Amino acid sequence: MKYVDEFRDRKLIMHLADQIRRSATGDYTFMEVCGGHTAAIHRFGIPSLLPPGIRLISGPGCPVCVTAAAYIDQLISLSFQKGVTVATFGDLMRVPGSAGSLSEARAEGADIRVVLSAYEALGIALSDKNLKVVFPAIGFETTAPGTAVTVLKADGEGADNFFVLNAHKVMPPAMEEIIKGGSKIDGFICPGHVSVITGSSAFEFIPRKYGLASVITGFEPTDILSAILMLIRQVNNHDPGVEIQYNRAVTRTGNTKAQKYMNEVFESCDAAWRGLGIITSGGLKLREKYKSFNAGVSFDIEVAHNEPDTMCICGDILRGISTPSECTLFASVCTPDHPSGACMVSAEGACNTYFKYHLHE
Amino acid sequence: MVVSVSGDMAEVSVGGALFSAGLQMVENVSVGDYVLLHAGFAIEKLKEEDALETLRLLKEIDDTMAE
Repeated sequence: MKYVDEFRDRKLIMHLADQIRRSATGDYTFMEVCGGHTAAIHRFGIPSLLPPGIRLISGPGCPVCVTAAAYIDQLISLSFQKGVTVATFGDLMRVPGSAGSLSEARAEGADIRVVLSAYEALGIALSDKNLKVVFPAIGFETTAPGTAVTVLKADGEGADNFFVLNAHKVMPPAMEEIIKGGSKIDGFICPGHVSVITGSSAFEFIPRKYGLASVITGFEPTDILSAILMLIRQVNNHDPGVEIQYNRAVTRTGNTKAQKYMNEVFESCDAAWRGLGIITSGGLKLREKYKSFNAGVSFDIEVAHNEPDTMCICGDILRGISTPSECTLFASVCTPDHPSGACMVSAEGACNTYFKYHLHE
Repeated sequence: MVVSVSGDMAEVSVGGALFSAGLQMVENVSVGDYVLLHAGFAIEKLKEEDALETLRLLKEIDDTMAE
């Protein structure tokens, strides 16, 4: 496949690994904050190519994993309301709320359908005016512009039966929260597709304010190994900055068209991240102008208060404090078939990835 | 890879599977272009010259190592 195979060249991979071994002079901990990177790192066996001093840890980069349990509870409550159809991304289906998942709600008769995009959810609303279609808008800067385009389209079409239960989040404040929270890291593998939208400039505060190395990279093995090499060099040379390794897709300014859509429809707000708590300016909310599309305003959503499962350590895993294998539930009670926590559900979640690739280590 | 364009929507082939993609966030997309697809939208056009430049730099590491 073009732009894929070239970046999986075995000889290049081995040479990069060799360069890394020669450059690494001590211990390094790098955090990736993109679920796509977590999945790619373990799928390609990157840790096995690295010297023991280099530790890669997963941060809060999986959109499903950082979705608060209370949000799932709200969706379930909505899905049982008369005439409501919840049209959701598939990976949200099995995420546990405080009492059950959307998948279980569907089994009990709620009208919940899986869609591949916000546009498809709007399509359902436009094709049947008797339905009230709610789209759970989750994800980071990569996904929010798509929701924005869809809300604008719904507005243009006068779709009064399309609603968004918004939980979009933005990544830089969460990264800052992790640094301030005392997670011991030397640098970030910055998110690839979030950066496509935001541009590398969104992460420049990390080296400037906190002196941490930062590289934006792609999702192929040579991309990731190049990024690790660049991070090591930044640390060794005491010269932190935001380098773009993924220059076939990322610029300093990002996708300004997408940013424009996002700013038209959303404004900044504080947001609840599973495991991290409320993060100041960590999310987006619909602007007043588009409040008729806000499911949170248009419906009465009643949610019973349930205590979350205190055994699950998803929060510590998302902060990079613990690894999945340190959780007592991991691979015993909590498996991809019966997930206790969100990190085990998504293919981009740290626990799911560890279950797939490191269970027998 | 983009296989067809109709207004602000395109059909994109991902390893042979066809997906429908909104083109609202990208400009001047035509059949044969490579785009990044995320949640039903093309979020960026891949820049061939930059992909080749990255590969050239990687190749340089390769050549240096071989010496």
